[in-house]
Amino acid sequence: MKRAKHLFRRAFMTLVAALFAISFLMPTVLTISNSFMTQSEINSNYGSVFTAAKDGKTYISEAVNLKFIPDKVTFSQYITTFIKSPEYLLKFWNSVILVVPIVLLQVGVAAVAAYGFSRWRGKVRDSIFFFYVILMLMPYQVTLVPNYLVSDFLGILNTRWAIIFPGAFAPFSVFLLTKFMRRIPVSQIEAAKLDGSSEWQIFTRIYLPQCRSALYSIAILVFIDYWNMVEQPLILLKDAEMQPLSVYLSTINSGEIGLAFAVATIYMIPSLLLFLHGEEYLVEGIAQSGSVKG
Amino acid sequence: MRRSFGTPKTKDFLQSVAFLAPSVLGVTVFFIAPFAIVVYYALVSSPNDPEFVFLKNFIDVLHNSSFLTAAKNTATFAAVAVPLAVVLSLCLALLLEQKIPGKSMFRTFFLSPMMVPVASVVLIWQVIFHAKGTLNQFLALFGVQAVDWLKSPYCQLVVVVLFLWKNLGYNMILFMAALNNIPKELLEVADVEGASAAHKFFHIKLRYLSPTVLFVTILSMINSFKVFREVYLLSGDYPYEGLYTLQHFMNNTFLSYNFQKLSAAAILLAIVMVILIALLFKVEDIFGKDVEG
Repeated sequence: MKRAKHLFRRAFMTLVAALFAISFLMPTVLTISNSFMTQSEINSNYGSVFTAAKDGKTYISEAVNLKFIPDKVTFSQYITTFIKSPEYLLKFWNSVILVVPIVLLQVGVAAVAAYGFSRWRGKVRDSIFFFYVILMLMPYQVTLVPNYLVSDFLGILNTRWAIIFPGAFAPFSVFLLTKFMRRIPVSQIEAAKLDGSSEWQIFTRIYLPQCRSALYSIAILVFIDYWNMVEQPLILLKDAEMQPLSVYLSTINSGEIGLAFAVATIYMIPSLLLFLHGEEYLVEGIAQSGSVKG
Repeated sequence: MRRSFGTPKTKDFLQSVAFLAPSVLGVTVFFIAPFAIVVYYALVSSPNDPEFVFLKNFIDVLHNSSFLTAAKNTATFAAVAVPLAVVLSLCLALLLEQKIPGKSMFRTFFLSPMMVPVASVVLIWQVIFHAKGTLNQFLALFGVQAVDWLKSPYCQLVVVVLFLWKNLGYNMILFMAALNNIPKELLEVADVEGASAAHKFFHIKLRYLSPTVLFVTILSMINSFKVFREVYLLSGDYPYEGLYTLQHFMNNTFLSYNFQKLSAAAILLAIVMVILIALLFKVEDIFGKDVEG
């Protein structure tokens, strides 16, 4: 009797989890599966949502028809993206050359600073660290005005540097990496000092190797944050040519909705691959962010 | 001369400065120095003909109807989204504590939205919430009248759904980490004494989870300032009034180069954020001691 009750409970819990899982996966999976539809199927399914698709020539079903499995699986949208519409690939490249330097610079600057914050403690250093935490939690509505003013002053407004520089010095990585480094036992440093190692040697030979997985998890978190950026390019890059795909995708011509699904899918690939490869690191990074104390 | 710098203490100091310098310099140049200018702008009448006007710009912003709409929208959004974000993510974390098959797979699924760029899935959301969209078709089965979700009083609910979809996974991980830190012996003793699941939850787990509950609450409040991204990608620069956010206000003020207004708004928001963050630290102080001690 009790066993049956347990079994029932387990089945119920699994069902709840499965329902949640379906709703979490649905938008992503639908985007991917719809990218394999023909343009005419997309038009007929979603023509009434994306009104500009009404060119009078194509059939549009009155009611929207959200479909999981295409009538006819085709790579035509991808072929068009790669061959006939290079502007989307250009915007993809815009994202890459914004995000990759930010990730590398932010993690690099942060690694050095985090060593400074974890190796030496003191009132001033701890209050600077405290200030970093506050800055980290500020929304863009606070930091974009200062970013704009300084970019204007330095003459880098409307260039990629207006986004890369603030990104490189954003305090998020410093915060998380400091928390990781503060867990490294002091005895290791003392031993190294007795051997005559310099601080830089301790940093590069003892700290960095032990932080490898932390560096990776932070790099993933920084990457997904900036891969998804919208606010900064809208304000700091007026030139549509330089916009990353995260912004440009939403301006895609409604007549090319079929393409939009393919481009959207292409844009997901880097972050999904990172996720599948580094999920454990990502989870560890998030768990570490669960308290603002260093 | 060199010897005087050679004492261990000054040497330590100089070395720590060397390690901190790149980051502190960058933060100063790109965040602190310009913020000082923002404060200056907020206090003068115009940058070209500066005249000290003290609080006038702040009062103007607080009387600006767009700013008030945006502030009100953010507040009502947070009032709905934050409690849901906390409760649902805690439920997900507890769900993954149960003996169910494929737990790590479920964790992957729940976490996956945080990796998907909002811009990529926005098409599907538009199809679902359109007047002739999927949600209305589904509701029509129950005789519910069609609603143009994004242009109706319910528009914020759409954004709440997107917000939850994106953020629940992250919060869930925070709760799972906290659940992991509950001393196992306590729960085993409770089992031996025949405590019910509800008793264990309310009297043991919740006590240990309370700092995380508050942490996630405040983090979600901070995150609710960031839903502009979803709104913008769904409905552009000029959304339905209920979706107008502070970032829309900022963008439009940028277009008119009104830096007095922008600066005053940024400072007002910074003050609100500092209060929220101070609360976060206070919470960790109080509960951190309670649980450890």
